[in-house]
Amino acid sequence: MSKHRIIIEPGTENSNYWKDLWNYRGLFYFLAWRDILVRYKQTVIGIAWALIRPLLTIFVMAFIGWLFESRVPDNVPRLVFVAAATLPWQFFSSSFSETSNSLIANSNLLTKVYFPRLIVPASTVIVCLIDFFVSVVILIGIMIYYQYVPGVEVIMLPLFLLLALVTALGTGLYIAALNVKYRDFRYIIPFIVQFGLYVSPIAFSSNDIYSSEKIPQVIKYIYSMNPMVGVIDGFRWCIFGGASPINTSGFIISVAISILFLIIGIWYFRRMEKSFADVI
Amino acid sequence: MSNSIIKVENISKSYILKHQNNQSYTALRDVIANNAKKIFNPKKAQNNNSKEEFWALKDVSFEINQGDRVGIIGRNGAGKSTLLKVLSRIVTPTKGRITIDGRIASLLEVGTGFHPELSGRENIFLNGSILGMAKSEIRKKFDEIVDFAEVEQFLDTPVKRYSSGMYVRLAFAVAAHLEPEILIVDEVLAVGDSEFQKKCLGKMKDVAGQGRTVLFVSHNMAAIQNLCDKAIVMKKGQVDFPIGDVNNAVRHYMRSVQESSKVDLKERKDRQGDGNIKFVDFEFLNENDESQVELITGQYVKMKFDYECVNDKVLSNITVAAAIYGDDGILYTVVGNEFSSGPFSSVKSKGTFICELKKLPIVAGKYIMNIVISQNGIMEDWVQEAITFDVEDGDYYGTGKIIPSSHKSILIENSWFNK
Repeated sequence: MSKHRIIIEPGTENSNYWKDLWNYRGLFYFLAWRDILVRYKQTVIGIAWALIRPLLTIFVMAFIGWLFESRVPDNVPRLVFVAAATLPWQFFSSSFSETSNSLIANSNLLTKVYFPRLIVPASTVIVCLIDFFVSVVILIGIMIYYQYVPGVEVIMLPLFLLLALVTALGTGLYIAALNVKYRDFRYIIPFIVQFGLYVSPIAFSSNDIYSSEKIPQVIKYIYSMNPMVGVIDGFRWCIFGGASPINTSGFIISVAISILFLIIGIWYFRRMEKSFADVI
Repeated sequence: MSNSIIKVENISKSYILKHQNNQSYTALRDVIANNAKKIFNPKKAQNNNSKEEFWALKDVSFEINQGDRVGIIGRNGAGKSTLLKVLSRIVTPTKGRITIDGRIASLLEVGTGFHPELSGRENIFLNGSILGMAKSEIRKKFDEIVDFAEVEQFLDTPVKRYSSGMYVRLAFAVAAHLEPEILIVDEVLAVGDSEFQKKCLGKMKDVAGQGRTVLFVSHNMAAIQNLCDKAIVMKKGQVDFPIGDVNNAVRHYMRSVQESSKVDLKERKDRQGDGNIKFVDFEFLNENDESQVELITGQYVKMKFDYECVNDKVLSNITVAAAIYGDDGILYTVVGNEFSSGPFSSVKSKGTFICELKKLPIVAGKYIMNIVISQNGIMEDWVQEAITFDVEDGDYYGTGKIIPSSHKSILIENSWFNK
């Protein structure tokens, strides 16, 4: 008798879920590969798009920061300072909105084939990750232009990229599952992305917020609850070192919220997963 | 110990039908609005929100042994597809338990996950992995798949430039090279040209011959009898004929089809469509508008469909069609005013549609007819297997020669010359 025994019953948790997920890693790889291929198939537009979007955002955000005279650390060019925040933000916003829509976009797969549904949003993030790596070229280009050399802290960068990924996946999974059931969530996604752009430290520095005496403590706590604050502060610390220190308590709150989002996201996604094919 | 590879115990699947909103999706704002209504006016909101439980499957149990090739037979809506979806783990059952011992692959659609922008080569890998093949497995079978699909010179062309025939061939070729212990196949052979269909059936027979278990759904009784050695008949979500010999099952199904067509057309409950206009009666008539029970090949015949509209509305742009099937489930022909004399621009709330056939063009045998009425292209009433009838041998060409009924075919006017 075969060792593959599957028992299908209502309600019971699939104890082999994570093992199943591992067995389907080939599909994960192929779905990511498909999305990347399609994205970069018309090569000129694909790569140009990954460059133009962040580049324009960097210029605009730097201009706004300059206009309102937000402070940048000494010896750090403003464009580099803004670019170091724009790239992780762009990674987050595209991962978040694409994972949120990923289940709907792949509804034909969900209704015809079985696989752990977590693969769909997870593979979507990979495409955004590739976009991120392409856009890192911009950051490097600007740094070369200003002849700015980051310190040794830069080796910690992957860790903060992981944090950005956790944040995007956690929130994306939750919204993706909701989006299957309540289709009007797609109107909320662009709003979250737009709102996030203003409350994240892109044109300004987190240290200005934390050190300000005009801003009450409560607002500072609320500010640090934005998980992207932790990610962006981390990125800036990696590149500018001591010139852009991390506010420890604020950072811990951000990271805790990110992880909480991931746990809630996966929990809710798994709870809803079984009914996806019925309601989509 | 039995060597059952699939054991299905009392599987049920229910869906909640919501009558109140015709929207294709639930919007959060509606949910909030309805809940708010409930708070202020609990009775009214409940009436508004009439929900109905619909059992797509009810207490289905059977066992399948290793190496069985099982056909699943039943009308549309009998629960065949739901059953396959439950077995493929796409949807979870509401009640019951299924135990499956083996690697399972299901083919509910040809070309699932095909991406139009990607080339044939890329789609083979993508589709293969979606169907559960490992990369090494696909690479090993790659040449065989390409060969089978006959698309060698288009491998690097995006599939959006493929003809529909090529597309289907490629898609099926990938699926045909799956090597699971259990293969589940839904009505996918209904596509493609007949040559290729034969090739696919042959391939599936090979698969079954290697001791694999196959579950196969089709409307084509000939294909079922050809491929399967056992069959189950489903009816309204329940098992109507428990798993058994395929010939007995097909016979049982055909008999039940004929019985249900004896029920008054008006009383039939298993109809689909919006229902603003409905078939109520049917009759064959001869030239003098007298009721005709015996039909003869080549004879003049009228088909008379009586209809009624639900609310005395005057309807417009009406099309009526009838599809004639042989008792083996093969479609012979479709007659419809949309194609021949044009849609009826407006019809009264009650009346008859008449379809005139100057010479009945089918050979002797048993036939089944599905009938449908649409308004502005939207289906109003669709009754499957609405009418069954027998045709006797007749002289279609007026030459005294009769095409034997074993040559199951449509007869067409033809003339021959020799120069």
